[in-house]
Amino acid sequence: MTMTASKQGSEKRETFWTSRPVRRFRRNKLAIVGLSLVTLFVLVAVFAPLLAPAPKVGNNCQRDLGITDPRQVYNIASPMFWKAVFAPPPSCYQIARINYRAEPSPPGKPIQTEFGEVRPLVGTSNGYDVWYGLVWGSRTALKLAVIVVSFNVLIGIIFGSLSGYFGGWVDNLIQRLIDIIFAFPGLVLIIVITTLLGPSLTNVMIAFVATGWAGYARVLRGEVLKVKALEFVDGARALGAADTRIMFRHILPNALTAVTAIAVLDLGSLPLSAAALSFLGIGLPIGFADWGQLINAAKAWIQGPYGQPFAYWYVSFFPAMTIILFGLGWNLLGGAVRDALDPRD
Amino acid sequence: MFAFIVRRLLFLPVVIFVLTVIIVGLLQLLSPERRAAAYVTNEQQARNLEAIIKDHGLDQPFHIQYWMWLKSALRGDLGFSKASNKPVVATIKERFPSTVELAVYSLIPLLGFGIWFGTIAGLNRNKFVDQFARIYATITNNIPTFVLGVILLVIFYGFFNLAPGPGQLSPENQVNLIIKPVPRITGMLSFDALLAGNWVIFWDVLRHLILPVITLTTVSTSTLIMVTRGSLIDTLSQDYVRTARAKGLPERVVNLKHARRNALLPVATLGGFQVIGLLGGAIITETIFAWPGVGSWGSDAAARFDVAGILGFALLAAVVTVLMNLAVDLLYAVIDPRIRFD
Repeated sequence: MTMTASKQGSEKRETFWTSRPVRRFRRNKLAIVGLSLVTLFVLVAVFAPLLAPAPKVGNNCQRDLGITDPRQVYNIASPMFWKAVFAPPPSCYQIARINYRAEPSPPGKPIQTEFGEVRPLVGTSNGYDVWYGLVWGSRTALKLAVIVVSFNVLIGIIFGSLSGYFGGWVDNLIQRLIDIIFAFPGLVLIIVITTLLGPSLTNVMIAFVATGWAGYARVLRGEVLKVKALEFVDGARALGAADTRIMFRHILPNALTAVTAIAVLDLGSLPLSAAALSFLGIGLPIGFADWGQLINAAKAWIQGPYGQPFAYWYVSFFPAMTIILFGLGWNLLGGAVRDALDPRD
Repeated sequence: MFAFIVRRLLFLPVVIFVLTVIIVGLLQLLSPERRAAAYVTNEQQARNLEAIIKDHGLDQPFHIQYWMWLKSALRGDLGFSKASNKPVVATIKERFPSTVELAVYSLIPLLGFGIWFGTIAGLNRNKFVDQFARIYATITNNIPTFVLGVILLVIFYGFFNLAPGPGQLSPENQVNLIIKPVPRITGMLSFDALLAGNWVIFWDVLRHLILPVITLTTVSTSTLIMVTRGSLIDTLSQDYVRTARAKGLPERVVNLKHARRNALLPVATLGGFQVIGLLGGAIITETIFAWPGVGSWGSDAAARFDVAGILGFALLAAVVTVLMNLAVDLLYAVIDPRIRFD
């Protein structure tokens, strides 16, 4: 009697928090570091309008929000707070340009403008407020990552499962299409599409989706083929389950595990690829809040004036650190998710 | 094997056909006037856009435009690149060797350092070297190429002036090269200088290659380290390795002859793809370091909306990638006799 009671006690229903992958994830110290960094970046992205509020000078964010004092957004009771955080006008994504001086201005040094004195927190580069660019840049990064990865996963699931489940000419057609996309190294196809569509965030996202779904489709096809061959699928079919039911209830949930790890890694790597593009001057419009543009602006100030080699250290330091921490966070998180979901060991 | 090669080579025109259809199709999004601008080489032509539109059939339906484009492409005319101010084909001929040069020098750290460090880490699992290798790989794997390039320039050129700045030659040697040109044999300046016995130029190009090569290879090297390490650890736990040890073979022979040879199989595949990836990475690296290869031309063409240039660059990239993929597959069959193509 006592044994059954204690056994029942220990066999509590497995929740998300106590499931095997999550326990394995929680034990991994690097995973926690990664998760913390990623959480930080997500918070910065969501609360960008509070961390880098609409400036007095530099862009039209303040006017388009319809506020007169930047401090209005901090009042959580006012509708301006919600508008700024959840639906900022497009002009807020333009990096505040304090002046048109190419030479960088060091962190915290006051700059006189016609609207009074401003103190850019981490300096300016090419007249752009670097802090504003970094904070709103993380918002751009998050937006791009979430939208592109969602579409990639969705399209990848549709084509991958069609390909794997039905086989035959459907499979052949989709696989050849993927072969063609894979025939281009790295960013080449994305560069071609973005350039021809013209510079805008939407077009960059279209280019990334147009090329990115292929990887998911291929992985998912392999997983579907693997799961399809397992006995429980035959069992379901023997019980008279329809194609759609087998697909959605039995095959997809099992196959999705493989895609999850790739999706997490992609959430971190896609914004960096987009930043690489705008570093090259391709994709996002000039002045759009994006980390790549800040690194590009820093490129001109690699050497200090004669005799002061360290004079412009801040121009490249802050954007580079932001990008490295972002990449590191997502990579640690992605690696940990992959290890946690790995059915081996 | 032969049938496999033929089939893969037959796939190449298909890729190129679909690619060109996509690009010429995407071009239709632009107005005929904008597309006509791609053919303008002098001011007189710029004043007479209608004539260009008519000549090149830019207002015709898609299939006719594609056919016209294909006809001139097959004649070896891929248009005029505004970014390089030369015909596309001439630009590729002039610049592609420099990209190959960068890739050739990149092979040394990529394959040499990557495999060497991965082997040491794998043989000393969980010891200090291994921990160091893992930390190194985790950190370097996360730095995007364009950030790494700028950081290296800032530190080694800007701060401490240990390495030369962007470019292929120092200013004084650019002048030297004009005074006493090096005959163009391979198109790769360092090899041409070597063949001409011009040590000054050769040494200067090598110095200018250090930072670009590090930038181009760091990320792929860290991947290669981890794959070599993992594969070696897997192999070392296999029965035949234990047998070799039991036979009393020296540790070194077991490790390097028995274990590492087999452990390198997955490394060979990955290494092949990394080499292909060098071409993609070259776009960014060449732009940062003003290296006169096709990558910097491609990114310049894209940034300046040089349609003919982008098209030519993408075509070149696709052709090279498909051919290199084929080469990697064949190489794999040579290394691993168990692999048969049919």
